[in-house]
Amino acid sequence: MTSEFAVEMRDVVKRFITPEGNEMAAVDRVTMQIKNGEFFSMLGSSGCGKTTSLRMIAGFEWPTEGEVYIEGNAMGHTPPFQRKVNTVFQSYALFQHMTVYQNLAFGLEMEGAKEEEIKKRVGRALEMVQLTGMDRRRPRQLSGGQQQRVALARALVKTPDVLLLDEPLGALDLKLRKEMQLELKALQQQLGITFIYVTHDQEEALTMSDRIAVMSKGQVQQMGTPVEIYERPSNKFVADFIGESNFLEGKIKSLSKNEASVFVPSLNTEVTGMPISAGLVKGEDVVVSIRPEKIRIADKDTKSNNMFRARVTNTVYIGADTHIYVDVHDAKMKVLEQNRISRLDPKSFYVVGQDVWLLLMPENTLVLKKD
Amino acid sequence: MLKRLRENKSAQGTLLALPTTFWLFFLLIIPLFLTLVISFGKRSPDGDVIYTFSLDNYTRLFGYSTDCPNGQASCFDPLYVQILWRSLTLAFNTTALVIIMAYPLAYFIARAHPKKRNLFLFMVLIPLWTNFVIRVYAWMMLLRKEGAINIIIGWLASLLHIPFTPLEMLYTPGAVLVGMVYEFLPFMILPIYTSLEKIDNSLYEAAADLGANAIKTLLRITLPLSMPGVVAGTILVFIPVMGTFIVSDILGGRQVILVGNLIQRQFLDARDPTFGSAASLILMIMTLIVTYFYTRKFGFGEEIVAA
Repeated sequence: MTSEFAVEMRDVVKRFITPEGNEMAAVDRVTMQIKNGEFFSMLGSSGCGKTTSLRMIAGFEWPTEGEVYIEGNAMGHTPPFQRKVNTVFQSYALFQHMTVYQNLAFGLEMEGAKEEEIKKRVGRALEMVQLTGMDRRRPRQLSGGQQQRVALARALVKTPDVLLLDEPLGALDLKLRKEMQLELKALQQQLGITFIYVTHDQEEALTMSDRIAVMSKGQVQQMGTPVEIYERPSNKFVADFIGESNFLEGKIKSLSKNEASVFVPSLNTEVTGMPISAGLVKGEDVVVSIRPEKIRIADKDTKSNNMFRARVTNTVYIGADTHIYVDVHDAKMKVLEQNRISRLDPKSFYVVGQDVWLLLMPENTLVLKKD
Repeated sequence: MLKRLRENKSAQGTLLALPTTFWLFFLLIIPLFLTLVISFGKRSPDGDVIYTFSLDNYTRLFGYSTDCPNGQASCFDPLYVQILWRSLTLAFNTTALVIIMAYPLAYFIARAHPKKRNLFLFMVLIPLWTNFVIRVYAWMMLLRKEGAINIIIGWLASLLHIPFTPLEMLYTPGAVLVGMVYEFLPFMILPIYTSLEKIDNSLYEAAADLGANAIKTLLRITLPLSMPGVVAGTILVFIPVMGTFIVSDILGGRQVILVGNLIQRQFLDARDPTFGSAASLILMIMTLIVTYFYTRKFGFGEEIVAA
């Protein structure tokens, strides 16, 4: 390994001409460093630039500006067949005119491997994805999940340094998808190669990734571990995109070294003692963000800091959790309570119109810049 | 009545197939049967059919002759076997040339921007707006001694001060081949285009991703996946070329006689429908045999494969 990073993108820009003739940057100054052996996800909704970024690493597209490095080497206009990366396609892209064995052998034949070696490596790859014995089937004779495994094995049999996966589980049903998530993660750890995984499914990204790049409008919004992304989103977009958040608009009233008090007009009061990140100034318009499950709800006022009286407007029971919608002064908020005890007794629910008290604990809140 | 029909799916099917069934029965099966019967007949001196069972027409086709130069009772006359062989080789050559010319063009159209594809396909079809025979006559104008091609070459030669005698291109096997290729090219382009267009772009990307360069992708991925189109095109080209007589009549004259011309002349000039019928059936059997072996090797083009 010549470089600490398996893949690096430096100031990469990709512009397309839209059918209307306008220029559009699908990827707009993306810089990311993906370490060797890392499970790295690019997460975002469609059109955020994640797939285009992946395609530039694979070599199907070339950057308009900037450079992609693989193992420290600038890729320039190197064609895909000369890059030591392999792709698992969203559509699987299996060769329907070939058997499973031939699909896997194809990449090895292109390397000029000997028949003996091909046989051995294909056998091992099929074993890895639990498809032993399926080698003479045609792709169309397999289930969706099996086809997905063939696509995976076809890429892995080439023993790439980096495996690129473009929403590989998108076509599978939920249960199979969850199984495959864990299986993929285990496979990645066992093989020790770098996985770059593109998905729009946040749960999938959180489940599998060592690090996640949250993307929007062609730019990386935040890069970090799943915990960092969820617990410390760096802006309102990320806080909103990953999980759910209550947002309260306000203005910084006072600022100490690492704490801020924010006056929130919709609550008609201050939220105090919240931890802050750098770059905020007194008087600045900000958004206070708090996740529904991090709000404590009580039916008595315990006179704590940041405790607000609220009125229940709706409760929704969804099995594992109960969602409680409340009005706090002029603000509408959502609180999530885990159903840790049986809810068979109707009295265990808050009733609509009931007064409750919400506790926003400072360490669970975030003060984010207003976009 | 109508209500019952609405519920009876198999009766609906029968009803829908009825017109075509009648058509095929009266205009294909019965005439084919008549042809078979007539082919075993004999020609009376004034050109009528004498219904009997004689294999004379068939033995004559394969070279048995009683009209011998040295006065023997019988001898081998290769005339008709030559005609059959010429038709077969011309059909092979035409089909091969048409595939070679159609494939790159079909590939180009299939890979073009979707908005431009229709324009290109439209351009492929434009020649079909003109009558088949008129297009063949146009080739006559191009190929004849005083034709456009000789004029242009002569003009170029005079510019370079090279002596030039006009080429004899018309009434040669080459002229017939050119005419056939021209007439049947669209019938190969369209099916090949259809099967190429179905190949998902991700398959080309997957091939490149797995280490295949452009040539290997063409040979291992593109060609096999587009074979159904090539097969369909071959059937659409080979069979009519085997039987057509207009192109060879106009561009080949008396020099290039094909089975089609032979049959036509038997029915019209020689007034021997019995021999014409035998030749028709032999043509049909030859075509069937070739098509059978071809489709057994490459399939019927039905297993269109795409991602």
